[in-house]
Amino acid sequence: MAQAIQQLINGLTLGAVYGLIAIGYTMVYGIIGMINFAHGDIYMVGAFIAVTSFTLLAAFGVSSVPFALLAVLVVAIAFTSVYGWAVERIAYRPLRASNRLAPLISAIGMSIFLENMVQVTQGARIKPIRPILTGGINLFTQGTFTVRLFETQILIIVTTVALMAGFTWLITRTSFGRQQRACEQDQVVTKVLGYNVDRIISVTFMIGAGLAAVAGVMVTVYYGVVDFFIGFVVGIKAFTAAVLGGIGSLPGAMLGGLIIGLVESFWAAYLSAEYKDVASFAILILVLMFRPTGLLGRPEVEKV
Amino acid sequence: MQAAATTHAMTLPQRLKDAFSVAFIALLLGIPMIGLTTTDEGGTALKVLTRWPALALFVAICFVGRLALQVVREALARRRARRPAKAPAQAGSSRLLTVIGWAGVGAALLVPVAFSDNRYAVDLATTVLIYVMLGWGLNVVVGLAGLLDLGYVAFYAVGAYTYALLSTQLGWSFWQALPVAGGVAAFFGVILGYPTLRLRGDYLAIVTLGFGEIIRLILVNWTSFSGGPNGISEIPRPGLFGYNFTPPGSEHSIADLLQIDYSPMQRLFFLYYLILALALLTNLFVRGMRKLPTGRAWEAVREDEIACKALGINTTHIKLAAFAIGAMLGGFAGVFFAARQGFISPESFTFSESAIILAIVVLGGMGSQMGVVLASLVLVLLPELGRDFAQYRMLLFGAAMVLIMVWRPGGILAHRAPTLVYTGPKGDQA
Amino acid sequence: MSRQALLSVENLTMRFGGLTAIDDLSLEVPHKAITGIIGPNGAGKTTFFNCLTGFYKPTSGSVVMHHPVRGPVRLADLPSHKVARVAQVVRTFQNIRLFANMTVLENLVVAQHNALQKASVFSLAGLLRLPSYRKAADQALERALSWLTRLKLMEFVNHPAGALPYGTQRRVEIARALCVNPILLCLDEPAAGLNPKESAELNELLLYLCREEDVSILLIEHDMSVVMNVSDHICVLNYGRKIAEGAPADIRVNPHVVKAYLGEDDLEDDMAAAGA
Repeated sequence: MAQAIQQLINGLTLGAVYGLIAIGYTMVYGIIGMINFAHGDIYMVGAFIAVTSFTLLAAFGVSSVPFALLAVLVVAIAFTSVYGWAVERIAYRPLRASNRLAPLISAIGMSIFLENMVQVTQGARIKPIRPILTGGINLFTQGTFTVRLFETQILIIVTTVALMAGFTWLITRTSFGRQQRACEQDQVVTKVLGYNVDRIISVTFMIGAGLAAVAGVMVTVYYGVVDFFIGFVVGIKAFTAAVLGGIGSLPGAMLGGLIIGLVESFWAAYLSAEYKDVASFAILILVLMFRPTGLLGRPEVEKV
Repeated sequence: MQAAATTHAMTLPQRLKDAFSVAFIALLLGIPMIGLTTTDEGGTALKVLTRWPALALFVAICFVGRLALQVVREALARRRARRPAKAPAQAGSSRLLTVIGWAGVGAALLVPVAFSDNRYAVDLATTVLIYVMLGWGLNVVVGLAGLLDLGYVAFYAVGAYTYALLSTQLGWSFWQALPVAGGVAAFFGVILGYPTLRLRGDYLAIVTLGFGEIIRLILVNWTSFSGGPNGISEIPRPGLFGYNFTPPGSEHSIADLLQIDYSPMQRLFFLYYLILALALLTNLFVRGMRKLPTGRAWEAVREDEIACKALGINTTHIKLAAFAIGAMLGGFAGVFFAARQGFISPESFTFSESAIILAIVVLGGMGSQMGVVLASLVLVLLPELGRDFAQYRMLLFGAAMVLIMVWRPGGILAHRAPTLVYTGPKGDQA
Repeated sequence: MSRQALLSVENLTMRFGGLTAIDDLSLEVPHKAITGIIGPNGAGKTTFFNCLTGFYKPTSGSVVMHHPVRGPVRLADLPSHKVARVAQVVRTFQNIRLFANMTVLENLVVAQHNALQKASVFSLAGLLRLPSYRKAADQALERALSWLTRLKLMEFVNHPAGALPYGTQRRVEIARALCVNPILLCLDEPAAGLNPKESAELNELLLYLCREEDVSILLIEHDMSVVMNVSDHICVLNYGRKIAEGAPADIRVNPHVVKAYLGEDDLEDDMAAAGA
C-alpha cells in the first residue's frame, strides 16, 4: 500500500512532465495536422538551456532558490520558444502544401539535426547540476517503507497545474485562443477573415516549445542530470500520451500524460524496470491500432 | 514555392533588413548553444565557458548566407520564368543513368583489385555496400510503396540475430541460415504490417518506430535468449561450398583445396564480393518487381490509395507485400552483417541506424536506385575524411534531410523511369 | 432499353453522428442505361457513391447489384476493392484521382491488376517471365491501348498522367475505370471543370459507352447540359432524400426540383455552368 502511494506520487510527477510536452504535439497536430517529430528535441534543448542557466546563476553566486528557478524558467522559455519558431519556419512552413510524408521526413531530419547540434556544441557527456531542491516531506511510514513527497515533486505538480490553468484560459478566453481554434477548424476561412494564419501557427509552435522548456527545466531540477539523448525517448512517450488522450485534444494530452506516467511508474515498480519503455511503446501501438482517436479525440472521417 | 512571393525585386534596404532579422534570430538561437557551454573539466561541478568569437562567426555566416540566398533565389526565379515548362520526355537521362549504373558495377568489381593490399579500403567498401543493400531494401517500402518505415533496423536485427543464433546454437552454416533468416524477417514484417498497415501514413511511421524500439529493448533485456547488452560473439564467418577462408592446415581450408598461398585478405575479398552479389541481386529483384503487377501497385498505392481500392486492388495485400519484401531484404543484409562482424549486439540496431538508412533513401531520391548508392558513399566516406567530419556527419545528414525536403520533396535524383513504354504497334514493350 | 434493374437500393440511410447525409433512399438503376443523379450541394450524392462502392458502411438499408453472372451481390457488405472486383461496379472521383507520376499507360495497366496478379503467381511467373505471364501482360497492354484508342487518348500514352490538361485527365480516369471491365460505371461529376467543347465530347463518350459497349452508367453531375442530354432517367436528391425521379423532360418541370434548386440559390450557378 505504502509503495503504491509512493508510485502514485512518482507517476503523477512524471505524468505532469509528459503532459506538458504532449501539449506541444497535440497543438501542432491540431493546427497543421503533422507530427512534430522534433518536439522531443526541443524539450532537450530547453533542458540544456536550463543547465547552462543554473550554472551561470551559481557562478554569479545567486543563492535564492525561488529567484533562481524563476529566472531559469523565463530564460529557458524565451530561448526555447525561439527554437520552436525557427524549426517551424525553416523545416515545416515551406512544406505546408506538400504531401503528408515530406513534412514528417523533414521533422525527422530536424530532430537528428538538433540532437547532433547539441552533442557537438555542448558535448556528449552527461551534465550534472548542483542539487537545487533537496528537501521533502515524509508523509507516513508503513513498516520500513516511508512514503516521501519531495520538494521537486511538489514544484513540478504545482507548476504544471498552474500552467495548465493559465493555458486553458489562454485558449478558451483570449482573442489569440479563438484565432488558434478557428485555425484548427479551417485555415482558409481564418485567413479570409483577415487573421494572419502564419503568425498563429508560429505562435502555436512557440507556446508548444515554451511548455516543453518548462518540462525541460523541471526534469533538470528533478533528476539533476541531462544529456543530449533525452529528447528521443521522452518525445516518443509524450507523443504516446498525446495519441492516447486523443490527438488534437488539450485535456486529452494532459490526461494521456498522467496515464503514461502512472503506467510507467507502476510497471517499473511491480513488473519489470527493464521493460518500462516497452510498456509505453506497446500502449502507443495498441491505441493507434484499436482506437486511433484516443480517449478524448473526435472521430475522423476519411475524405473520399 | 515561397521564393516567388518573397524575393522578386527587393531593394537594398529590404535585403539588408531581411538579412539583419535572420542574423538576429541566429544570434538568439546561437547564444545558448554556441555562445555558452558548460564543462566539468577540473572538478565535479559544471563551469560555464563562453565562445563569443564562434557565435559572432555564426551570426556573420547567417547574415552573409542570407544575402547570398536572396541572390540565388532571384536568379532561379528569373530562370524559371524564362523557361516555363520542362519537357517530360527524359529518354536521354535514363540512358545516361544506365551507363553510369554499369560503370558503377564495373568499378565495384574492381575495388579489391585496385586495393588488393589495402585492408581498410576493402572494409570500407564492404560497409558502403551493406548500406546500399539496406537502402535498396527500404526503398521498396518508402520509395515505391510510400510507407514511411522508421523501424527498418528491426528487420536488420531479426536477420542478424537469426543467423547468430542458428549458427552458434545449432551449427547452421551461412548459406543454410540465409534463406531462413530472410523468411523470419519477412514473417516479422507481416506480423507488424497486418494490424498496422491500415493506419494513416504518419501514424504508421510512429508505430514502426515503436516496433523497432520494442525489438531492440527485448534484445537488450532478454539476456538468456539474445545475450543481452553483451550480444552474441564468435559467429562463424561464411564459407563457400563447405570450405572456409582459414589458414592452411585447418579443416576445410580453401587455401589447401586450391593449393594457393593463404592470405587473410582472401576472406575480406570474399566478403566484399558476397555483399556485392547480394546487393546486385537485390537490385535486379527490385527492378524486376517494379515491372510486375505487385510493383506497379506499390507505386499506385503511393500515388493514391483510394483510387487503388476503387480499381479493385486489395491495398492491404499490396502494402503487406512491400513490407514483407523490404523486411526480407533487410534480414538478408542482417545475416551478412552478423557473419562479417562475427559479433553483434543491440548497439548496432538503434533508432539512429534506422534514421541513417532512411536518410540514405530520402537523400538519394525516393525510388531511385542510383541515388541510394550515392547517398551511401557520402554517408560512409564523409566521416573517413577526418575526425571532425565524423562528429558532424549526422548533423549534416539531419540538415540535408530538411533542406532536401524543402527544396525538392522528391529527393535529389527524383527522376522516375516508366515501367512500361509503348513504342508503336510492332514495337517491343519489354 | 431493358427495364430490368441492375442495381436496387432499398431504404439506404447514412448518418454521421447527428447528420443524416442519406435518408431512407430507395432507387432502381436500370440495365444498359444512363441514370443521372442531381441535387444541390450537400444533397448526399457523393455520399451515396461512397456507400455504393464500399468507402462508407451505410447505417442501414441495402444495396444489391444484380450481377448477370454472379447473381445478386450485396454491395454494403463488401470492402471497396471487392465492389470493383466482384460486383464490377467501378467509380471515378469528383477530384480526379489519377496516379499522377505514372504514365497514362501505366495507369491503365494498374487498373488490370487483378487479372495480371493472378497470372504472375505471387510474382514468380512474372520474375521468371514465363509465357503464361507474358501472354497476360500482352493482353493487358492490348486492352489498355484499345480503350485509349476508343477514347482518343493515344497521343498521351506515355505521358505522366498528372501533367495532362484537366479535361484529358477526366477522360483518362474514365479510360482507367473501363479497364477494370465495369458492368456499372459510376461517374462523380465527370464534366466538372470541362469547357463546352469537352462537355460535348463527354456527352458523346457517355452515349457511346452505354449504347455500343454495354456499360451501364450512374452519373452524378452538376452540368445540366450533360445530365439532361444523356440521361435516360434522372433521380433528384435533396438533403439526402429522393424528391423526384423520372425522364429528363419531366424533371425539368417538376415543382419540387425547381423549389429545391431555387431554395438553394443553386440553379443560377448550374445554369451558368451549363451555358458557360
